[in-house]
Amino acid sequence: MFAKKCEPVSVKNTRKKGIQMNWISIGVISDIPRRGARCVATPQGKVAVFRTQDDQVYAIDDHCPHKGGPLSQGIVHGAAVTCPLHNWVISLETGKALGADEGAVRVIPVKVEGERLFLAQEALASRAA
Amino acid sequence: MTEKLVIIGNGMAPGRMLEHLLEHAPGRYAVTIFNAEPRVNYDRIMLSPVLSGEKDYEEIIIHGDGWYIKHGITLYKGHKIIAIDREAKTVTSDHGVTEPYDKLVIATGSVPFIIPVPGHNLPGVLTYRDLDDVRAMMLAAQSRAKAVVIGGGLLGLEAAAGLNAQGMDVTVLHVMPTLMERQLDPAAGYLLQRAVEQRGIKVITKANTQAITGNGKVEQVELADGTIIPATLVVMAVGIRPNAALAKEAGIAVNRGIVVDAGMRSNDPDIYALGECAEVHGMVYGLVAPLYEMARVAAHQLAGNEAAAFVHMDTPTKLKVTGIDLFSLGDFAEGEDRQEIVLRDAAAGVYKRLVLKDDRIIGTVLYGETADGAWFNDLKKKQTDISQMRETLIFGQSYQGGAPLDPMAAVAALPDDAEICGCNGVCKGKITGAITAKGLTSLDDVRAHTKASASCGSCTGLVEKLMVLTLGDTYNPAAVQPMCSCTTLGHDEVRRLIKAKHLKTIPAVMQELEWKTSCGCAKCRPALNYYLVCDWPDDYADDYQSRFINERVHANIQKDGTYSVVPRMWGGVTNAAELRAIADVVDKFEIPMVKVTGGQRIDMLGIRKEDLPAVWADLGQAGFVSGHAYAKGLRTVKTCVGSDWCRFGTQDSTGLGVRIEKFMWGSWTPAKVKMAVSGCPRNCAEATCKDIGIICVDSGYEIHFAGAAGLDIKGTEVLGLVKTEDEALEHIVALTQMYREQGRYLERIYKWAKRIGVPEIKRQIMDDDAKRKAYYDRFVFSQKFAQVDPWSERVSGKDKHEFRPMASVGFAQAAE
Repeated sequence: MFAKKCEPVSVKNTRKKGIQMNWISIGVISDIPRRGARCVATPQGKVAVFRTQDDQVYAIDDHCPHKGGPLSQGIVHGAAVTCPLHNWVISLETGKALGADEGAVRVIPVKVEGERLFLAQEALASRAA
Repeated sequence: MTEKLVIIGNGMAPGRMLEHLLEHAPGRYAVTIFNAEPRVNYDRIMLSPVLSGEKDYEEIIIHGDGWYIKHGITLYKGHKIIAIDREAKTVTSDHGVTEPYDKLVIATGSVPFIIPVPGHNLPGVLTYRDLDDVRAMMLAAQSRAKAVVIGGGLLGLEAAAGLNAQGMDVTVLHVMPTLMERQLDPAAGYLLQRAVEQRGIKVITKANTQAITGNGKVEQVELADGTIIPATLVVMAVGIRPNAALAKEAGIAVNRGIVVDAGMRSNDPDIYALGECAEVHGMVYGLVAPLYEMARVAAHQLAGNEAAAFVHMDTPTKLKVTGIDLFSLGDFAEGEDRQEIVLRDAAAGVYKRLVLKDDRIIGTVLYGETADGAWFNDLKKKQTDISQMRETLIFGQSYQGGAPLDPMAAVAALPDDAEICGCNGVCKGKITGAITAKGLTSLDDVRAHTKASASCGSCTGLVEKLMVLTLGDTYNPAAVQPMCSCTTLGHDEVRRLIKAKHLKTIPAVMQELEWKTSCGCAKCRPALNYYLVCDWPDDYADDYQSRFINERVHANIQKDGTYSVVPRMWGGVTNAAELRAIADVVDKFEIPMVKVTGGQRIDMLGIRKEDLPAVWADLGQAGFVSGHAYAKGLRTVKTCVGSDWCRFGTQDSTGLGVRIEKFMWGSWTPAKVKMAVSGCPRNCAEATCKDIGIICVDSGYEIHFAGAAGLDIKGTEVLGLVKTEDEALEHIVALTQMYREQGRYLERIYKWAKRIGVPEIKRQIMDDDAKRKAYYDRFVFSQKFAQVDPWSERVSGKDKHEFRPMASVGFAQAAE
């Protein structure tokens, strides 16, 4: 039951012009089932990485803004997930609660290169600060 | 003194006549009806949806038994009148009942035309006329074999679509070059043929049937050109002719049908005829609108209003096949003095044609987009001069007067006398007037008071728009609660369509039933997954991503994200080895909480997700399997110690509980199912508040169901008493299967029973042996695929990804 230990790799950032950003490889897209999620363990807590029906990949903290439910365990529909504890629906794109509920969870930038998936290292570290 | 009114036939026309008569002359007549069919008045127009599986018979009943009782009407079901004695003024049925009359109404309808080819009387050749025909076709369809429908008109195509929906391989034979040539021009006929063929129905036009052959039953159909089509079922739908034989024998004037005047009166002044058997001004009718008009006229005449008269009218034709929109009205033959406007959009499958004479519409054919049918009908009826709007006429009402109107505004713009419901001849003003005057708030109310949308239902959308216009926001158009915001369909409709259209995957359901979202939501996906698991146990691949987390990982999620694990203890019985194994697991994985549940087993709480497979591996070593404490499925069977130990016990309640649990574990149900078996009426296992419970008594086993002890508290209903343990098991299993097939997702047994009615459930499970056996067999079949221990599967590696993180990152850097 060992998870892969991954080394950080440096890749040219495509999102923010001019800033060098470090990306951490976390695996390949087929590690995650369609309309499903897997967790990435970090010292600051779990990050939930989602794959939608049409192969979009998103990462958010695995912690519902309502009562801390593990969002990675929810049902994925469209670009949203329903928390397994009390059915809050969280947008994977913005991290915000949809519908009548209010609250948001942090979104971590994801990079897809071919099959491989990367998370933004700075974003992971920033949460500890 | 009340006069005696006798009616022969109980179809839609006499039913409607009685409604009018009760309204205009209540109490004037003592009414007796003889119906050759052994049932009440039902909506024959809706037979096609029954055949395709979209509706049940119960849904198409117009007058239930209660209606006849309430109005003091005597209804002889299954009595065919064999003689009318006009001298004595009596009628006599084939069961020997003789009834005197003052006034007699003949409404014997029509008989299907049978082409007298060789073999037309072989078993397997059916017509399409009444519920018995539909039931026979549905039975034949179960064999999934080949069917031939002779006749490419309205009825034939509806029959073909219905048989196709039931899973048969269908070929339509039509003698003319294009389908429905009486209602459609060749272009629309071609589009229709293409749409029919896209559904997998084969169409052969210019097909001249020469013979139906087979050895003792139908085997093939032979055409004049030598083509041979294998078939086990042949449906003749080539037309109808008025059923006037009885009248003719009684010496009443008969031509094609029973000849009546504009007041529906035959040449015998005390005898009226109406419906498909009647001929008025040399015309016979088969569509419902003129038949209802006859009913109105006859009722007024019987009530003493001699001025009421039938006037010929053109009636729009619509095809009741889901997904095919088609409307045809009036005369559309080409001619020197006629002009036409045609709109074609091949890609969208739209074809519209208006036939004009002297700047007035005389005929309309709409295919693919029929929303403007009512408007064109109105223009035609009023003989409106259309020269001013000729340029944009074909685009429909929305395009008149510049900017396109929204559909609501288009309905608002209709004049008060515009016809909304073609079947019942109901205009806009009558509907809006009734809504306001009678304070109607639901579609059912409007149907009851005005009859609008109460027959074929194709104007339901228009009627609902009128309700919105009249009532504003207070009207909620959802007559059924949709499953979720992804669809307008309710659970029952979705379940029925899954079966009827043979939908076997979630994407197929969403595509075919026009889901509004790309992949559903957390409400509909688990429901659809359950319906598919239940309906296609052997074909459907369970979609784990559509299951709630508990059913996906086979444990119960807790508020902190850890899980609880409950192994099965059959009937609540355990032993030292099992308890020791549980104790070892608790120690090894440092499980923080161990608790005895209300269902007589042991719950271990606070287990980390990553540890689940290892916990299950150790429990599996001791012989434990999953207790499904997380499932919408069979949970526990609670027992008392019964006759083995208890001085009051009457039967082996523990043994029966264990037997039930071993037989039924692993089955998925709409909501959780908890059971109990008590060994005597002292009921120590508390069976009388369970989903299903058994109370053992000296004479056998009393089966209870539909109890509740959660959000609601409710004692059980008694299903019945059976003598042996085997019978008890069969009844419980059949009951569960009935609930599995009919329950809405998350609907507990007590709510389902309230909806279906306890007497109906008793009738199907206790009284109908064949039905019970069929339910039982389907459950047993489904268990072949369901009884796999999910824990041992996962111990051997299934769904590994569920139980370990994808990666661990940042731990090396954390030391910085």
